[in-house]
Amino acid sequence: MSNPQSSSASAVTAADVGFAYGERQALSGVSFEVASGGSFGFLGPNGSGKSTLFKLLSTIVPMQTGTITILGHDLAREASAIRRRIGVVFQSAAIDRKLTVFENLRYAGMLLNLGGKELAARIDESMQAANLSDRKADAAGELSGGLRRRVEIAKCLMAKPDLVLLDEASTGLDPAARRDMWQVLRAQEGLTILFTTHLMEEAAEADRLMLLDEGQVVAHGRPGELMEEVGGQVLEIETPDAVALVNELRTALQVDAVQVDQTVRIEGEKVQELVPEVMTRFGDRIRRLHLAHPSLEDVFLHRTGKRFIVTPPEPDVKKGRKKRRRS
Amino acid sequence: MNGAVYALWHRELVRFLRDRSRLTGSLMQPVIFYLMFSGALYGSFKPYGMDYSAYFFTGTLAMITMFTAIFSTITVIEDRKEGFLQGVLISPVPRAAIALGKTLGSATLSFGLAAIFLALAPFTGIDMSWDRVLPTLGVLAMLSIAVAGLGFSLAWVMDSTAGYHGIMMLFLMPMLMMSGAFFPIEDAHWLISWVRHVNPMTYGVGALRHTVQGAAPGCPTFAICLLGTAVFAVATFALGTFVVTRRSARDAI
Repeated sequence: MSNPQSSSASAVTAADVGFAYGERQALSGVSFEVASGGSFGFLGPNGSGKSTLFKLLSTIVPMQTGTITILGHDLAREASAIRRRIGVVFQSAAIDRKLTVFENLRYAGMLLNLGGKELAARIDESMQAANLSDRKADAAGELSGGLRRRVEIAKCLMAKPDLVLLDEASTGLDPAARRDMWQVLRAQEGLTILFTTHLMEEAAEADRLMLLDEGQVVAHGRPGELMEEVGGQVLEIETPDAVALVNELRTALQVDAVQVDQTVRIEGEKVQELVPEVMTRFGDRIRRLHLAHPSLEDVFLHRTGKRFIVTPPEPDVKKGRKKRRRS
Repeated sequence: MNGAVYALWHRELVRFLRDRSRLTGSLMQPVIFYLMFSGALYGSFKPYGMDYSAYFFTGTLAMITMFTAIFSTITVIEDRKEGFLQGVLISPVPRAAIALGKTLGSATLSFGLAAIFLALAPFTGIDMSWDRVLPTLGVLAMLSIAVAGLGFSLAWVMDSTAGYHGIMMLFLMPMLMMSGAFFPIEDAHWLISWVRHVNPMTYGVGALRHTVQGAAPGCPTFAICLLGTAVFAVATFALGTFVVTRRSARDAI
């Protein structure tokens, strides 16, 4: 499936990418590399720039500054060569609800200039890959959210892509449908999957991950490594007066406690050993005490000093807000 | 490119034929308009000594062409909102093919519906022999492409169907009114008379009058009407191709 030249090289290379909507800088100085094969996730809260980055990579908005190379092609100059080899699943469904599953795939194939036997064969393959063969004649608009997402996947497989881009593709899907979607994608040999998400558990399953905040890369690596880097464990203490407790912990126990919102956080190798001491001294002021291995949320917090807060995207509100931005 | 144009063209037709209410409305609206106006004005209004039913028959052909093109190019806005267009924009399809496919799709619907209405000519007492039918179909084809190209260009740059309706009432309806489709405007106020000359629809309606009625009092000559319609078609088609090739952040929803 994948082109021999690109299978060893990286699928995507981005250098110093910047993008602004008028005055508002959505991305600045973003550089990263995506190796061929496997999955690569962009994780970030709302407004982190991940959707803008996605739009650039999917060739829907023109480049402004920096360079991006996808499958060996320069994005600014060779967008059409890239389009031939990528599949894209947008957050808002790109399938025609008034048409059947088969018709959607047929038109998708025709847009790729396929015809005759090749088109028919490709439709069959895509439907099989996405387990849609028994849904051929169903109207796309009458399918469940999970099935519709599978039609999207099938549609993007029509191009036999080397790279698939997914924008918050699991939003609105129940866990089973989400697993389903990933199964279909992972079964495609040699396929590189690049996805944006705000779901920690989905991000944690990526082979590699990039964390974005305010248009900049804050971390980059394997999810496990990123979490290990925070080190040891994380102790979170909920208390009515976080500021006071931080000061007392620092003076009494010489630990590097920090205040985040209404909680006190301590990260470190042997944090668990502090628990008895903390409980004896400050037990009466503690509402809740939480000890855990670092999560991706902790990685984000560790790198940015901010909590990872996400309000799930609401398509309608989002459309209204985005509509007026022009480059 | 051919496959893409065909796909987009074919999709327009499939969606139209599958939408029962749209299909019924598109077929019935002109017939009802025609019966209402020609019935109401039958005794009182005889432009150039002609029965209004004969005069308005040609006007109705122009009206069908324009309305169908307008309402079918609205789908560009819907496609954009629903995300379908976004999917097309990131496919390897050259952008000009999008303009071509969508415009031809709309034009085919306009042409088809106008041709169906034309087939009703014998019931209205209009003598339509083949030597008139064929040139009429030719003019309808040109005019369909022209108005579809105009509708496409407007719809491409609009964000909402409500906005498009606004433009329609402000711009497209007067274009039809001031074309001589409904009433003669030859002896109108000098301002209206001037508008008539720059209004491209005037030439489309004029060309139709020549081919349907055999004579077109108050209209430019057949050659000028044909030329005007051809220029109209080429210009709006070029405009459609131009607007579609401009890339902007607006392409993403």
